[in-house]
Amino acid sequence: MEIGLSHYLIISALLFSLGLYGVISRKHAVMVLMGLELILNAANINFVAFARFGGMNMDGQVAAVFVIILAAAEAAVALAILLNIYQHFKHVNLDEVDQMKE
Amino acid sequence: MTDITPFTTHLLQSMQAFVPETALIVTFLLALAADLIWKKQRHISGYMALAGFIVTGFLLVQQQSVTGITFSGMLVIDHFGIFIKWVILLSAMLVVLFSFISGELHQAYTRLGEYYILIVGMVFGMFLLTGASNLVMIYLAIETMSISSYILSGYTKFVRRASEASMKYVIYGAVSSGVMVYGFSLLFGLTGSLQLHDIGAYLQQHSVDNLTLLMAGIMILAGFGYKISAVPFHYWTPDVYEGAPVTITALLSVASKAAGFAAMLRFFRLAFTAPFTAVDADWTVIGSIDWHFVLAVLAVLTMTLGNLVALWQSNMKRMLAYSSIAHAGYMLMAVAVLNDTGVAAILIYFFTYMIMNLGAFLIVQLVADKTGSEDLEAYSGLGYRSPLIGVALTVFLISLTGLPPTAGFIGKLYVFTSVISAGYVWLAIVGVLNSVVSLYYYVRVIRNMYLRDVESQGSKITFTPAVLALVLLLAVPTLILGIWFGPLVDWANLSMAITAFH
Repeated sequence: MEIGLSHYLIISALLFSLGLYGVISRKHAVMVLMGLELILNAANINFVAFARFGGMNMDGQVAAVFVIILAAAEAAVALAILLNIYQHFKHVNLDEVDQMKE
Repeated sequence: MTDITPFTTHLLQSMQAFVPETALIVTFLLALAADLIWKKQRHISGYMALAGFIVTGFLLVQQQSVTGITFSGMLVIDHFGIFIKWVILLSAMLVVLFSFISGELHQAYTRLGEYYILIVGMVFGMFLLTGASNLVMIYLAIETMSISSYILSGYTKFVRRASEASMKYVIYGAVSSGVMVYGFSLLFGLTGSLQLHDIGAYLQQHSVDNLTLLMAGIMILAGFGYKISAVPFHYWTPDVYEGAPVTITALLSVASKAAGFAAMLRFFRLAFTAPFTAVDADWTVIGSIDWHFVLAVLAVLTMTLGNLVALWQSNMKRMLAYSSIAHAGYMLMAVAVLNDTGVAAILIYFFTYMIMNLGAFLIVQLVADKTGSEDLEAYSGLGYRSPLIGVALTVFLISLTGLPPTAGFIGKLYVFTSVISAGYVWLAIVGVLNSVVSLYYYVRVIRNMYLRDVESQGSKITFTPAVLALVLLLAVPTLILGIWFGPLVDWANLSMAITAFH
C-alpha cells in the first residue's frame, strides 16, 4: 500500500486529539505540557506532509522548524514557572492551584 | 549562479521600514548592558527603556511616509499598523512610569532590571504582531510577546497569587497558541500558502472544503480570541489580571489586546475577505462561511458575560478584568461588520480605552499601595480622603461606562455608528443594553467613594506631586478627548485602510 497524504493527516489528527484530551483531562501540569507538545507536533506533521505532497515550496518545512524552536522556548519558560509554583504549593496539581476565586 | 541583487536590495529597503523595531532591539540590548554595569541603580534599565521608547516614537513619526510590504511579505508597514503601534508604545511608556512609583514591585525585591527589559521585549513582539502578514510570522510574534508576558505576570514570584497567575497564563496561552498553529497548518494545506494575501487570492478563485475551512477558522480564532480575551477563550483573564502586578495587568489589558486586535483584523482583511480593490471600503467575505455572524455571536457572548460577571465582583482588579472582557466585546462588534468604518471605530475606541483603562489601573495601584487592599471596601470614603484621586477615578469610570462628556463616549459612539450603518441594529441594541448593565458596577465604586464611610474622612491619604501629575496626565485627556475629538477621528480615518496589495 502506498503511503499518501491522508495517512499523515490521520496520524496528525489523532495526535492532535490525544494532545487535546491530555490537556483537558490531566491534572499534573507537566502532563498538560506534554499534551501541548503533542498538539504542536500534530501541526508540524501537517505542515511537513502538506509541503511534501502538496507540491508546495519549502514554506511548510520552514514553518515546522519555527514551531519546534518556539515549542522549546515555551516549554523552558513554562517549566521555570512550574518550579516556582512547586516552591509555593509543594505540588503542581492544576486543580488545586486556585487561590483566587470568584 | 543566481543573481541575488534584487533580494539584497529588497532586504535593505525592508530594513529602512524596520527602523522603529530595530530601535527597540537596540534598547533591549542597551538596557540589558546598563543593568549589568550599574547594578546599584534599580531603575537604570527602566530609564533606558523609557528613552528607547521615546526614540522609537520619533522614528515612528518618520515612518508615516515609509509604507509597504517588507521582508518578502512577512511584515506590512501601513498606517493602520502605525496607529496601533502608537497605542502600544504610549501604553508601554505609561506602564514604565507606573512601575517607577509602584510599591508592589519594590517589596522584598531589589532586582528590577529584567522587568523593564522584558517589557521592551514584549513591545517588540507586539510591534511585529501589528505588521505580521504571514502565518509563521503571526505565530512567531504572538509567542515573542506571550513569553515575555508569561514571565512578567509572575515577576513578583514571592507572591503566591502572582505565581498562580503566571502558571494559568502560560498553560492557557500555550494551549491556545498550539491550537491556533494546528489551524494554521490546516489553512496552509487548504490553500498552499503561508502568505495571508495568497491565501485570500486562492480562496477567492477556488472552492475549498467548507467544514475544514470552518474548523481552521475557529481554531485560529481561538488563538486571537485568547489574546483579546473574548468569550469562550477568556478563562485566564480574571485570574491573571488579579494575580499579576497592577502595572503588568494594565499593559496586558491595553497593549497586548491592541496587538491581538490588529493581527485579527489584518488576518480577516487579507485572508478571509476579498480586498483586492484598494478603494473598496466594504469587505466581501470569501466562501460560504458567514464570518459576520460568527464574529457577532462572539461579540455578544463576550460583552454579555463580561458585564454580567463583573456585577458581583468585590475585588477592583477582578472587576476591571471583567470590564476589559466587556470592552473587547464592544470592539468585536466593530470587527464583525468587517469594513473600513469598523476599523476606524476600533482605532478610535482603542485610543480612548488606553487612556481611561490605564488611568483606572493607576488608581487601583495607588490605592493598593496606600491601603494594602484592592477590595471595593478600600474605596469607601476615598472621595473625601483624597479628593483629587476620587475625582479622577470618577472620570475614568464614567468614561469606561461610555457617558458624555468623556473619551469613552466618543469611542462607543463611533463603534455603535459603524455597527448600525452596516445594518446590524440588533447587535447595536445588545451593545447598548450591555452598557446600561455596566453602569451599575462602575457607579457602585463611585458610590463607595462618596456616599459610604463619610465619617472616615479624617484619615487623609496624601500622594506626592509627581504621582498626582501622572494621574492628571491621564484624567485631563479623558475629558478633553470627550469634547475635542476631531484630530483623533481624522487620524483614525486616515489609518483605517489595511494594506492589501502585493
